[in-house]
Amino acid sequence: MVITGVCLLAFLVVLCFFLGYMERKVAAFMEIRLGPNRVGPKGSMQIVADTVKLLFKEGLTPDGADKFLFNLAPFIVVITSMLVVAPIAYARDFQLWDINIGVLYVSSISSMAVIGILMAGWSSSNKYSLIGAMRSGAQIVSYELSIGLSLISIVILSGSLQLSEIIESQANGWWIFKGHIPVIISFVIFIIASTAEINRAPFDLTEAEQELTGGFHTEYAGMKFAMFLLSEYINLFVVSAIAATIFLGGWMPFHIGGLDAFNHIMDYIPSSIWFFGKTFLIIFIIMWFRWTFPRLRIDQLLNLEWKYLLPISMVNILLVTAMAIMGWHF
Amino acid sequence: MFLKEYFGTIFNSVKSLLTGMKLTGYYFTHLKEIVTEEYPDNRATLKMAERFRGEVTMPHNENNEHRCTGCQSCELACPNGSIKIITKQEIQADGKKKKRIDTWVYHLDMCTLCNLCVIACPSEAIVMGQNFEHSVYDKKQLKKILNKTGSKLMEGVEE
Repeated sequence: MVITGVCLLAFLVVLCFFLGYMERKVAAFMEIRLGPNRVGPKGSMQIVADTVKLLFKEGLTPDGADKFLFNLAPFIVVITSMLVVAPIAYARDFQLWDINIGVLYVSSISSMAVIGILMAGWSSSNKYSLIGAMRSGAQIVSYELSIGLSLISIVILSGSLQLSEIIESQANGWWIFKGHIPVIISFVIFIIASTAEINRAPFDLTEAEQELTGGFHTEYAGMKFAMFLLSEYINLFVVSAIAATIFLGGWMPFHIGGLDAFNHIMDYIPSSIWFFGKTFLIIFIIMWFRWTFPRLRIDQLLNLEWKYLLPISMVNILLVTAMAIMGWHF
Repeated sequence: MFLKEYFGTIFNSVKSLLTGMKLTGYYFTHLKEIVTEEYPDNRATLKMAERFRGEVTMPHNENNEHRCTGCQSCELACPNGSIKIITKQEIQADGKKKKRIDTWVYHLDMCTLCNLCVIACPSEAIVMGQNFEHSVYDKKQLKKILNKTGSKLMEGVEE
């Protein structure tokens, strides 16, 4: 168990390096730039160079800061985002912790990250940090509802909170295809709300560089700053993995009913490739959002949640429930 | 009526967001659109825009002749005195004395590359050059004399 845990941590760090590189390249190509291309082949070692630089920087603690909380906050943020990784199924029969309330666990732990963010903002004794942290609190409290409601729609259809059973229920087709339009709506709502929950653009007014100079991590430097970055990328991966597991069938291959030859070919592709393919598709979509859309204002942010996403997902839940009772899904 | 407005807002915003994503998606899939110049690497093939203003130059033809009549319009037009034209009287072949330029002094260190001298010039003697690599260690090297030694006025410019 310890060995698998250490392997998972190493995997997550490597994954974060890759995601950082991917993000910079995607951003550059969408903005008609080249992106990092100096360190290593095609700039692939740039993130390693940046990490080495951050390792050698002084971990400064401001005089007015609450020293204990200030130094604790980055660890809380990283630990909460790493906890969510536990119940994810990476491939067929490859799941570290198959807890029977997986969906509930994921949605409750992932909203705990805001405690670390609030802690960082409060203890920095900097008004920009505090404003950023408070915005983050408002944001997560609002968008948590939509995430929960969109996850519940799949829980209703599959009849289980266990991630492995949700994946099994998609053996004859992913929920996004089996569940008609209501599931597509809840998938879109999940993507929007989870983008907001991991504080990425267009919902990044937690760190809003132009207004808040960096938001809750304004005062952090060196490896403590790198921890926030690490947790941002782990969160990105987790959210995409959960979306892939719940809506796109996790490691389940793509099957079309009736076409046995086609289904057979699809089975030959390893299940881990299916899982990571779907996950990276969603990561790419979230990155696409980030480098296309302008940031929302705080009132627009709350409008979007309380006037649009929440009512729509409530009506959507009714539709899904009716569908599940009448057996209209495939 | 309310519902129509509500769903109209959703429809319009989704449409405009998708329009934006279509554009960035186009750029992502068409890497030849990239506009970045990798400057020190591509010095040999670097091509500046035609209207780029790097420095004031005075073109000379193959007989070492320029088009400057020494009218000093550029000197008057220059807003910060970067141009100083020293003229002399030159005896022509037919015995008449005429005003010709002796030195055309250009202070690149003061020049703001505003292009007003080029606009003011009546005989198109000066143009903006494309060279932009002007860094030197000594400020004196930025004081330039644009007419080459022994150069003459081109025939037929003065008429």
